[in-house]
Order: sequence, then C-alpha cells, then structure tokens
Amino acid sequence: MPYALCFLLFVIGLYCAVVKKNMVKIVIGIMVMEYAVNLFLIMLGYRFGGKAPIVVEEDIVGAGGQLSSLFINSSVDPLPQALVLTAIVISLGSLALMISICIRTYERYGTFDITEIRRLKG
Amino acid sequence: MKGMTIIVKIISGWVKVLIFLFGIYIILFGHLTPGGGFAGGVILASCYVLLMLAFGREFVEENLPLPLASKLDCVGALAFAVIAILGLVLGGSFFINFLYQKYLPGEALNLISAGTIPLSNLAIGLKVATSLFLVILVLSMFRPDMSGDKKE
Amino acid sequence: MAIFYILLLFIITAAIIAVETKNLLSAVICVGAIGFGASLMFLFLRAPDIAITQIVVEVLGLIILIRVCISRELTFISGPREFFAVVVSVVIIFAIFLAGIKVLETLPAFGTPIFAEVPDAASQTYVEEGLRKTGAANLVASVILDFRAYDTLGEATVLFTAIIGATVILRKKTKKLLEEPDV
Repeated sequence: MPYALCFLLFVIGLYCAVVKKNMVKIVIGIMVMEYAVNLFLIMLGYRFGGKAPIVVEEDIVGAGGQLSSLFINSSVDPLPQALVLTAIVISLGSLALMISICIRTYERYGTFDITEIRRLKG
Repeated sequence: MKGMTIIVKIISGWVKVLIFLFGIYIILFGHLTPGGGFAGGVILASCYVLLMLAFGREFVEENLPLPLASKLDCVGALAFAVIAILGLVLGGSFFINFLYQKYLPGEALNLISAGTIPLSNLAIGLKVATSLFLVILVLSMFRPDMSGDKKE
Repeated sequence: MAIFYILLLFIITAAIIAVETKNLLSAVICVGAIGFGASLMFLFLRAPDIAITQIVVEVLGLIILIRVCISRELTFISGPREFFAVVVSVVIIFAIFLAGIKVLETLPAFGTPIFAEVPDAASQTYVEEGLRKTGAANLVASVILDFRAYDTLGEATVLFTAIIGATVILRKKTKKLLEEPDV
C-alpha cells in the first residue's frame, strides 16, 4: 500500500509535466517525479524494526570487525541509500540546468508559456 | 541593492562560522556518523549562499572569486581521480582501498580509519561545495542584465 | 506504520496543491513542503544520511526556484491546454497508473526487504563485511566510496557537466565569466 501511494505521487508529477503549459510548472512536475522515485527506492530497503546502517560500538563482537548477528538481521539495506544519495545531488544540478534554460527562454520570448513560444517561433 | 538590513547582516555574521564548522565536521566524520561528502559539501555551499543573500554578491566575490572557485572545483574532481589512480598504482586495481589494506589499517570507530574513504570524502565535499556555489553565483550574476533588458 | 501513511498523504496533498495552484510562488513553496516531508520520511525509514542531504539540498533548490519566479511579470498562469489533448493525456496517464498498480502487487510486502530473503544478495555482503573490508563504520559511506566508487565518479562527471551547461547557457551577456579578470 505505501508503494501504491508512492506511485500515485509519481503519476501526479507525470500529469504536471505532460499537461501544464508553464515551463516552471513542468520543472516542478519533474522534481515531484524525482521525489517519488527516491522515496520508492528507500522504501524497498526498509524493514520493520530496522536499524540505520551505522555501526556503533556494541554491534562489534570479536576481533577483526566481526558484527553481531543482531545488527546483520536488523539493519536496513544500505545499497539503495547509497544510490539515492548521489541521485539527490545530481537532481540539484539538473534543476539548475533546467532553471537556466527557463531564464534564457523568458529573456528571449518574454513568457513561460510553451504554446506561446511555439507560436512565436512560427 | 547591497544586501539586507543590519539585523540580518549581524546575525548571519555570527551564524556563518557555526555553519562552516558544521559542514567541515560532517565531511570529516562522514565515515563514522551520518553525513559524508555530499551533505557536507551542500552545507558549505549554503553557507556561502547565506552570505550572498545577506551581504550582496560583491562581498562574496571578494572572498571567493569566481575563477578561484572554478579552480577549486577542478581540484576536487582531480583529487578524487588521483585517489582512484593511486589505487591502481599502489594497490593493483582501480579504486581499491590501498591505504586500509596495506599501509594504515587504523582502528574501527576512530577518526583515522577506513583508509582512503575520508580522503575521498574531502575531495567530494570540495567538489560539491564549489560547483553548487558556482551555479548560484552564475544564476545571480544574470539578474542585472534581465532588468536592463526589460527597461529598453 | 501509521506515520508513513500520514507523511505520504501530506506529501501527496502538497504535490496536488503545487500542481494545481495558479500562483507560481505558492507552487514553489509547496515544492518545499514536499521536500521537507520527504526528509522526515527518510528519517523514519532509517536513512539519516539521506535525510541530512535532502534537507540541505531542498534549501538550495528552493533558493534556485524562487530566483526564477521573483521579479518576473508573468507569474500567473493562464488556462489549460486544448481540451482534447488534456483528455487524451489524462486517459493515458490513468492507464499507466493501473498497470503500475498491477506491477507493484508482485513486489514483496512493505517492510520485508528483498535482500534478506534472497541468498547471496549484494546488500547482504555489504552489511556483513562492510566494516571488515573497508573499516568505515558508516556502511553507506563504505558502499558509496569503496564498493561502488564508480557510481560516485560518474556522479562527479554528471554534476560537472550540469554546471558547465548552466554556465554556458547563461553566458551571453557576461562573456568574461570563466576567464581571468585581468585579461
């Protein structure tokens, strides 16, 4: 059920990116889709009563960094977290790129409306 | 328009030290506690953005001029690549953790541990901080041209 | 468990408002609400690294988004597109939603991760041997900078490209942007 709600969020973003005709609204739709994908990936690795994947002192048993089975059996998945961590920072870079395209278009045509831009182009 | 009112300037003058210190802490302890190069780099960039919003763009450009920021960006990316290539030279494979496996094993849960991971965190933090700072500097540089265009 | 539903409903409400409001500035502020809700959600999903990163990235992203909306004349949006195109898009999106719901039913239930059931999963190795093989107590850092460091190298490249792209797009009026000041 949380997966379905997450997918609903993705569909809202898709609707915004496809139907709206303001350029900033399209950027907002793409951002909403990014949030939905990040949330979905993190949810895939969650388990009930799980621990954050950070080792503290009482988790280490034995020499050579042997971890306790309690930690191994209750830690959440660290792999999606690592992927999402890079994805969030990349989304900020792509947001800056999209926004600079919007600013350039506004300076050229004086509007954010993509149908107007198409008409002005001829 | 040179920045905001005197209240904002004084408060941000005090707070900027704490934000910068917190960013450095997040980067340095990224292999022990939550955080790391990405989060710490964004915090450092937001410190400069706070100064830019409070004192105006010229104040920040005196402290960290744009060519210097651009060079620091390249230095961060280069340091990360050099760490990877050092793994190839000293450890036998690209991106291998040669410091931890051969030279400096360190002790778990201490600051000096995990070999190349803190060094990579530093490089990534420098790169993320300067590149995000560059983006916002470039975006704010564009403003006067826009208003000049509209008046014509 | 209930906290996840509450936060997800909050995020979806904020998303609907951000999509449907007429004022661009309100839409941008609602995007901020989505981001902070997502940050809280990451915290409850036991991902503190992501929560810290999300909350600071959200602040910078809001600054960038507000920068495009402020001092523009046309921040109010006129009516929607042509009726026929809107209807077709909505029907197609609804079909995608129904198909996606069917696909999501095949996943294991929420709270039981796949890597715990599949033998020899990569994540199982990362959890068991992350500390011994890399020495980092933060397993996310050990994955991101040791086991899968190629991802991070690619991320640095993508970020560099995006920054260069934004600089080039905005360059026309400020030609001396990346040159030496005395040239």
